[in-house]
Amino acid sequence: MSSHYEAPIREPLVTGEKTYHDISVEVGAPVLGRANKTWYVVFTLALIAFLWGLGCIIYTVSTGIGVWGLNKTIGWAWDITNFVWWVGIGHAGTLISAVLLLFRQKWRMAVNRSAEAMTIFAVVQAGLFPIIHMGRPWLAYWVLPIPNQFGSLWVNFNSPLLWDVFAISTYLSVSLVFWWTGLLPDFAMLRDRTTNEFQKKIYGILSFGWSGRVKDWQRFEEVSLVLAGLATPLVLSVHTIVSFDFATSVVPGWHSTIFPPYFVAGAIFSGFAMVQTLLIIMRKVVNLQDYITLLHIEYMNKVILLTGGIVSVAYITEFFIGWYSGTSYENYTYLSFGAATGPYAWAFWALIICNFVVPLTLWVKKLRRNILWTFIVALVINIGMWFERFDIIVIDLSKGRTPSSWAMFSPTFVDIGVFIGTIGFFFVLFLLYARTFPVIAQAEVKTILKSSGEYYKNLRAKHGDDVPHHAESDPTAKEPAANVQQKDAFLGSDSSKSTHEATVNADALGITETQKDQLDAMLARIGTFNPETEKADNLQKLDGVGPVLEQHLHQVGIYKYDQVIKLTKEDYELLDEVIENFPILANRGDWNAQATELKNK
Amino acid sequence: MASKTIHAIYNDDDLLLHAVKQVREARYHIGEIYTPFPVHGLDKAVGEAPTRLAIASFLYGITGLSVAVLMMNFMMVQDWPQDIGGKPSFSFITNMPSFVPIMFELTVFFAAHLMVITFYMRSRLAPFKKAENPDPRTTDDMFLMEIDATNHNVEDLSKFLYDTGAAEIKLIDNK
Repeated sequence: MSSHYEAPIREPLVTGEKTYHDISVEVGAPVLGRANKTWYVVFTLALIAFLWGLGCIIYTVSTGIGVWGLNKTIGWAWDITNFVWWVGIGHAGTLISAVLLLFRQKWRMAVNRSAEAMTIFAVVQAGLFPIIHMGRPWLAYWVLPIPNQFGSLWVNFNSPLLWDVFAISTYLSVSLVFWWTGLLPDFAMLRDRTTNEFQKKIYGILSFGWSGRVKDWQRFEEVSLVLAGLATPLVLSVHTIVSFDFATSVVPGWHSTIFPPYFVAGAIFSGFAMVQTLLIIMRKVVNLQDYITLLHIEYMNKVILLTGGIVSVAYITEFFIGWYSGTSYENYTYLSFGAATGPYAWAFWALIICNFVVPLTLWVKKLRRNILWTFIVALVINIGMWFERFDIIVIDLSKGRTPSSWAMFSPTFVDIGVFIGTIGFFFVLFLLYARTFPVIAQAEVKTILKSSGEYYKNLRAKHGDDVPHHAESDPTAKEPAANVQQKDAFLGSDSSKSTHEATVNADALGITETQKDQLDAMLARIGTFNPETEKADNLQKLDGVGPVLEQHLHQVGIYKYDQVIKLTKEDYELLDEVIENFPILANRGDWNAQATELKNK
Repeated sequence: MASKTIHAIYNDDDLLLHAVKQVREARYHIGEIYTPFPVHGLDKAVGEAPTRLAIASFLYGITGLSVAVLMMNFMMVQDWPQDIGGKPSFSFITNMPSFVPIMFELTVFFAAHLMVITFYMRSRLAPFKKAENPDPRTTDDMFLMEIDATNHNVEDLSKFLYDTGAAEIKLIDNK
């Protein structure tokens, strides 16, 4: 039998004693269960911000760009700052799914789905700005080389702003199909697991009839690999082209050949910071700490350290070259003595502190593995990278070659409102995504379970590399229903069966023998479940029970409303002890009454 | 005579891979295998020919590049050879550096999208397509092997499959 050699030095990427089925249940849980109050609160806030931003956009377009704080000297400020900021954030998603796929990094699998979602939603926000910052956005279609009645008047392919159009639309569309193709097997899993007819229909449509044949998987993997190979240069080229908006100009501080790689590094830096911000919250909210582990957070912090280091080197290079060039104009660029002491010194120092100083703390292992500190650093980087773009754009424009046109910039509430609106829109999309999409690529995580799962790593540590990793040697792989069928099969009886109640399969819960005895006593009182003659009830109809809790209830042997009806106060205390995150009384209400009602329905 | 198929369900990928090898050695015909995730090496074990999607993608990429070159050459050099900021629009090559970004983007655009569309068409995936996996558990944690049972003794075949580690075995009559 194939052995899975894996260096023992590697920490597990999937903690807890997971089986394939557990992965389906836990990834499906946020989608198949109900949203909690926090979700609705946050969603409402995001929606309000979005609607406010929408109002600001409508106001801008219908009244004129003059409602923004731009002036004749500074024609680009918050609009393009936000554009570059959002595009930059979008880069981590493709980096995680494409570049890390090419490097065969297994840890990407738990984070790639959400990172790609983040990419798509961030690029959507970015895509708004090139349109709304136009003076006449209703003529935006003129940027496309479409044959027309003006003697076929074409566009000018020399302009980086046109390259942007091609770059951003290619990036968005390719990221979208990459993401969607990866989602097919996961949508199929939801389609086959849900009991809700409406959901079945929706996920049936979304999954494109995915059936998981060998040939499908072979093509699927090839397509993923080729797309990764295409997306990697794409992600580098997109931000390169965005940087050309500045680098190909003649503005001192913009005209710099370091911009393409430096912008890309900055994009990955800020993108990973945003991934950290989102995932640290998400893993907690949807209970996926076993998949997005501390190790994942540490790895991402290391990428942040690397790209932050590259960005820092670029800062120093810019600063040095500004001085070394001997050009007097270079003294007013965003990284120069002039900037450090001039009217925008606060922005200069905000950039240095947020992007250069604070991320250095991640060199300390203790801080790198500290979730709260990671979260703070990620937020600081998001702010810092916004300032980097603001500094590049506004400081460089504010003091150009002619002192008579020197000016300052201050934003109006519309500038700020539009930016807040895009943040709101981003979170609206992301929150909807987290409730309706499988947020972890479960099909991919299943492929690394045996090589990187904690349970299998422990098995290998104990028995060597050649231990057969079959489900039958894994007592947690089956629910009682499966165990009984097993006896009919020619596989022989399950050696792991103890003398305890046969319907209890609580090893995955990590409980003591005493607790198992208590469970046996409880089941003797409330009755047991016989999968051969009875059908399990849908326990998810009880208040506070989602797919994961239902699985836990099955593990302790509770399958039917009849059993729930007979639960006593002591039983609830025992369940609270045994089951992690068992709902408190306020959240579950009176299960006994609910079960009676459901039973009589 | 109605043809018969046997569905053997396995609960483990290693077991499945091993079983596939045994079944092929015993010269039974594997109709199809449904798995919840890509099992490494399964396509080779089953004897699937390698896919040619990467080659297709390469050709699509060349197409994209040609489209970009022809388009920009026509618009910028042939149709309206204007002076825009002193850029040399005398021939394609003199102003080529300006065209590189779009040549690149269109290459990627064509290569990526046309390959994905090809994949969807070849694997028959589309929004309203009905799923064809015979057991819903095959997208969760079960691995299903379809074996053509026509002209075989069903008893012997099921016994053989049990010995390969199948957890469930079903006989299906194809009408």
